[in-house]
Amino acid sequence: MKHYLGYYLSNMRIAILGQIQYRAQNYFYMVGTILEPTVYLVVWSTIANSQGGSVGGYTTGALAAYYIVWTLVRQMNVVFTPYGWEGRIQRGQLSGELLRPVHPIHSDISYFAGWKFVQIFLWLPLGAVLALIFKPVLHPTWFQVVAFFFAIWGAFLVRTMLYASLGMISFWTTRVGAIFELVFALELILGGRLVPMTLMPDWVQHVAAVFPFQWTFYFPINTLVGNPGVSEILSGLGMQVLWIAIGIVFVNIIWHFGIRRFSSVGN
Amino acid sequence: MRTIKLAWNYLRIGIANELQYRVNFFIQLLQSFIALATGLISLWLVFSHTTQLGGWNQPELLAVMGVFIMMGGVIQSAIQPNMQRLMDEIQDGTLDYALTKPVDGQVLISIREFRFWQTTDIVVGMVVLVVAVLQMQMSIGIWQALAFAVALLLGGVMIYAFWLMLTTTAFWLIRIWELVNLFQGLYAAGRWPVTIYPAWLRLGLTFLVPVAFAVTVPAQALTNRLTPVTLVEAFGLAVLLLALSRFIWRLGVHGYSGASA
Repeated sequence: MKHYLGYYLSNMRIAILGQIQYRAQNYFYMVGTILEPTVYLVVWSTIANSQGGSVGGYTTGALAAYYIVWTLVRQMNVVFTPYGWEGRIQRGQLSGELLRPVHPIHSDISYFAGWKFVQIFLWLPLGAVLALIFKPVLHPTWFQVVAFFFAIWGAFLVRTMLYASLGMISFWTTRVGAIFELVFALELILGGRLVPMTLMPDWVQHVAAVFPFQWTFYFPINTLVGNPGVSEILSGLGMQVLWIAIGIVFVNIIWHFGIRRFSSVGN
Repeated sequence: MRTIKLAWNYLRIGIANELQYRVNFFIQLLQSFIALATGLISLWLVFSHTTQLGGWNQPELLAVMGVFIMMGGVIQSAIQPNMQRLMDEIQDGTLDYALTKPVDGQVLISIREFRFWQTTDIVVGMVVLVVAVLQMQMSIGIWQALAFAVALLLGGVMIYAFWLMLTTTAFWLIRIWELVNLFQGLYAAGRWPVTIYPAWLRLGLTFLVPVAFAVTVPAQALTNRLTPVTLVEAFGLAVLLLALSRFIWRLGVHGYSGASA
C-alpha cells in the first residue's frame, strides 16, 4: 500500500511539472472543451428567454450556473482516452508498460490525477470570465461544496474505469472508432452533458438510471448548483462508489482475457 | 492547369487507397448515423420545449444542420487530413520533402490527402437538406440555388484558409495537436445559426472563425434570409483570408529550417 502511495505521489508530481510547461497547449484544449457547453447554454438560455425566463424549472441564471460548473467538471472528467488504448495496443507501446512492476492503469490514473491540479489552476481565470459574462446564480451550502469535491473525484474515477474498459476492446478488434463514438453519444444524451437530466423526458431519465454516465456529469454538477437533499447526495456518492467498483471488476476481467491476446514486440 | 492535374492525381490515389479498406466504409456509415442521430435528438429536444429558436423554426434549423453535416464532411475528407499531415511534418522536420518538389509548396500541402469514406457525411448532409427543404414546403428558385452554391463554396474556401493559418502556427509553436480539438469545438458552434449567439460570440464566429459564413450563410440563402450584401461581404472576406493565409504560410516557410530529415 505504501509502495503504491509513493508511486502515485511521484507520478502526480511528474504530471504537474510536465504539463505546466505546456500552458498554451493546455489552453487550446480547454477552450475547445469550454465552447461546447457555451453553445448549449446559449441555445437553452434563448429558449428560456422566449418563454418568460425559465425552461423546465431552470432560470437563465441557473442554466448559466449548470453549464459553467459543467466546464469545471469537464476538466475533472478528462481521462486517458479509449483512442489512447487503441493506439497503445495497435502500435505495441503496451509492451514497454508491461515490463513495469505495476499495472499500467495505475500510471494512467496517477498521471491524470496530477494533471488535474494544472487544469483546475488554468481553468480558474476562464471560469471567472464565463461567470462575468453569463452571471450564474447558485447558492450552495457548505455541505454541497464538500460533497462536490468528493463527487468530482468520483466522476473522474467512474469515467476512468468506463473508458479503460472500453479502450481495452482494442485487444480483440482495432476497428473500435464506431463503438467509441456510440458510447460518447450515449454519454452526451444520458449523462446530463447536453442538457440537465430534468429537461429530458421521463423515459430518458429512466433509461439513464441504468448507465454510469449521469454520475460523471449530471450528479456532480447538480450537487453544487441544484437543491439536492443530504440523502440524495449521499446516495449519489454511494452510486459513484458502486460504479467505480463495477468498473474495477470489468477492467480486471477484460484485462485478464485481453492481455493473453496481446502479442506485440518493440517499444 | 498543371495544378488541377496534380490535384486530380492525388485525389485518385487517395480514393484508391481507401477502396482497399471496404469495411471502413460501413464503420464510417455507422459513425455518420450516430452523429446524425445525436444531432436530431438535440433538435427534437429543443423543439419539445419551444416552437422556434431565435426566429428559426424546425425545418429551417434542420436545413442548418444539413449544411453543418455537409461542410463537416468536406472538412473531414479534404481539409483536415492535409492540415494534420502538415502539423506532423513540421514537428518531425520532414516537410523538406514537400518543399523541395517543383510545385508551389502551399498547393502541394493542401492537396496531398483525401479521405474518401468521409464523404459519406456530404451525402448524409445532402439528404438532411433535401428533407428540410421538403418540410419547408417552398420552391427553391434558380437564383436561390445559385446563391446557396456560391455561399457554400466561399464558406469552404474560408474554412480552408482559417485551418491553414491555424496549422501554420506550428512553425512557431511546434506541438499543436490540441488545435484539432479547438477547431472542432469552434466548428460545433455552427450547428446552430450564429444569429442566436450573443454579439461578442457572433462576431468571433463570423470574422475570427468563419463558421458563420461556412454554415449559417448558405442556410440563410436557402431560407430566403440572405441579402446580396452578405454575399459580397463573404466574397471579400474569402479573398482577404486567402491572401492572409498565403502571407502567413510564406512567413512560416521562410523561418523554417527543417530538421535534417
